Amino acid sequence: MSDLDSFRSETRAWLGENCPPSMRLPLEDDEDRCWGGRNWKFKSDDQKRWLERMAARGWTAPTWPKEYGGGGLSRDEAKILREEMRAIGARSPLDSFGIWMLGPALLKYGSEEQKKKYLPEITRGEIRWCQGYSEPNSGSDLASLQTRAEDKGDHFLVNGQKVWTSYADKADWIFCLVRTNPAAKKHEGISFILFDMASPGVSTRPIVLISGKSPFCETFFDDVRVPKENLVGQLNKGWDVAKYLLTHEREMISGIGLSAGRPLGQVAADTVGTEDGTLADPLLRGQIAAFDIDAAAFQLALERVGDLAKAKQAHPAMSSMLKYYGAELNKRRHELLMSAGGSDALEWEGERSRGGDRARSWLRTKANSIEGGTSEVQLNIIAKRLLELPGA
Amino acid sequence: MALVLDEQQAMLQESARNFLADKAPVAHWRKLRDSRDADGFSRDLWKEFAEMGFCGVLVPEEHGGLGLGHVEAGTIMEEIGRNLTPSPFLSSAIVGVSALLRGNGERKSELLPKIAAGDLLMALAVDERAKHGPRQVALAAKRSGNGFALSGTKTFVVDGHVADLLIVAARSAGAPGETDGLTLFLVDPKTKGLEVERTIMVDSHNAARLMFDNVQVDADAVLGEVDGGWPVLESVLNVGRGAVAAELVGCGEEAFGRTVTYLKERKQFGRAIGEFQALQHRAAHLYSEIEITRAAVLKALQQLDQKPDKAEPLVSIAKARAGKTATLAVQEAVQMHGGIGMTDAIDIGLFMKRVRVAEELFGDANFHADRLARLKQY
Repeated sequence: MSDLDSFRSETRAWLGENCPPSMRLPLEDDEDRCWGGRNWKFKSDDQKRWLERMAARGWTAPTWPKEYGGGGLSRDEAKILREEMRAIGARSPLDSFGIWMLGPALLKYGSEEQKKKYLPEITRGEIRWCQGYSEPNSGSDLASLQTRAEDKGDHFLVNGQKVWTSYADKADWIFCLVRTNPAAKKHEGISFILFDMASPGVSTRPIVLISGKSPFCETFFDDVRVPKENLVGQLNKGWDVAKYLLTHEREMISGIGLSAGRPLGQVAADTVGTEDGTLADPLLRGQIAAFDIDAAAFQLALERVGDLAKAKQAHPAMSSMLKYYGAELNKRRHELLMSAGGSDALEWEGERSRGGDRARSWLRTKANSIEGGTSEVQLNIIAKRLLELPGA
Repeated sequence: MALVLDEQQAMLQESARNFLADKAPVAHWRKLRDSRDADGFSRDLWKEFAEMGFCGVLVPEEHGGLGLGHVEAGTIMEEIGRNLTPSPFLSSAIVGVSALLRGNGERKSELLPKIAAGDLLMALAVDERAKHGPRQVALAAKRSGNGFALSGTKTFVVDGHVADLLIVAARSAGAPGETDGLTLFLVDPKTKGLEVERTIMVDSHNAARLMFDNVQVDADAVLGEVDGGWPVLESVLNVGRGAVAAELVGCGEEAFGRTVTYLKERKQFGRAIGEFQALQHRAAHLYSEIEITRAAVLKALQQLDQKPDKAEPLVSIAKARAGKTATLAVQEAVQMHGGIGMTDAIDIGLFMKRVRVAEELFGDANFHADRLARLKQY
């Protein structure tokens, strides 16, 4: 038996013993996710137990080095872990911007002290992070951001406003892009800093979205003191960190098109019925089949880009392709879910619709092609960096 | 298994790429078309295919081949697509060989070495109507004497007019639409009562109609089992679909690559047209489609090598994606080339012709979407 085969059988056995049965049920809705953090209230003992057991093995961040709380797994081992978790329907033990976005950036750009300080608490789900990127006047043109961090000797003094800060009202810390040199060209005066959301001068205001929910906030900084040691990478070189982190954010968003749930064909069968084993609405059936083909191909493309990365044949801008396609695919999936659901899917309140879950989720997906860089920005990046088209 | 070519596969791809670009670029296709070549392909080139080992890529080593798999055959198909090379490679080296291997033909040891040596051409005759429909086979196989008598018509038989041996799907029992009752026959095209009409197609690649009028074949002409031909036919068609998908990737990517080059060179309004965002975004979208399709096609080919009996959904996903993606690629290619893209002098429109044919071959995107929906039970 090869090393990977024995890793697989050990992993299977361990998951079998340690993943609580209730953590193998599909998520009912987003409320079932575990985000961790100082103020986190576990939804169940099983949720807590599952996080603790996985974190103890470093498997909340399987490929991070063990010394920083990760699992120290190779890409191949991590893939096996994912496959084995999927096979039993295991939920993610921890959803975390720290794991998905900040961690990879710290591993690449952080100092040894920063890695030791921040990464282990991320893997244990003790600190919940949010992302301070967009500003009211800096959306797609992110590098025009104006939040100011003045050098005050031993600390930075931060003033300004961020927007679309996901879960800022629930987060413990923020990784934030700030302008440290207003005189330089826009990409060359930005720094990447970390600070505690409990710092004096930080306030947040949730934004009500068309879904009726408020996952995003406006975040205000009024004379916030940030210790100098919280600078990641070099002063005024934050744009490099920001871009690197964005590639990870894009990878995170690209996966959402594949979110589990009942197959569309079955969902549609509930409402439109079947004739001779095929959906009674042939046009809807054709659309669903076309979607299933694209989604399956996309899943394989995700896998292939991972394999290319391992073989050192991947172009970094491929993450833009995956983000673009994954976002558009997820929007298409939810349009089809609404179409299949008909008027049932339009109910906004009440038990039957589980609080309008279908419609609210559908509306939420419209942000997929905006957040993390719009679809148009991704296409710009592909045109410029992959196709090397002029003037792009 | 990683979704990248391994070292040996990459080497084969490299040698196929160099070989085809050198020996059979689009100019080679033009020469055959413009001279109205009777064979529709070059026998000299086919000899060189054999010398390179390509004709026997799927033929087991004990029968004189390379004993490689569908991923390797796919790399050759992709290069054929890139160069629009007219070649019996698909019908003989892939479909023909697979039919003999899967049908467990008793003539394997006689025929496979001939194919590998480039001395025997085969063709598969399935479709009878304008749209692909292997279940619809109606060509009658009636018991007669020591064997069967075949009557009916076949259409869109790739390389049908040059084949030395035909594989014919016929109905020996049951009714069109049923999968039971099909029988595969190996038929000599010179048999009495069989008329072969070459059909000149839009892409100037080979195809033929076959008219069977009480064509007498012996019982030993049966490939596989009488009335039980469906599983073999399906499996051979899946192999063909995977191979055509690989060809479509080559066609689409080549048309795209040429178009991106053109966007950088062509100037209007005082600048390269590739500077216009309207075109950049369409090019970037197309790039994404091609990359995603490439993953789906490679996976299907790997599955044909590893678990051929479970390849059906992946093959349909690959063929549907490849057809749609290549269609988009050639449409954008002609549009972005503008007026010059409409001319016969420039190659780009020729890719559109080949893609249209390859999209139809062995089932178009709708056929495969329907098939996937059935497999997923909706």
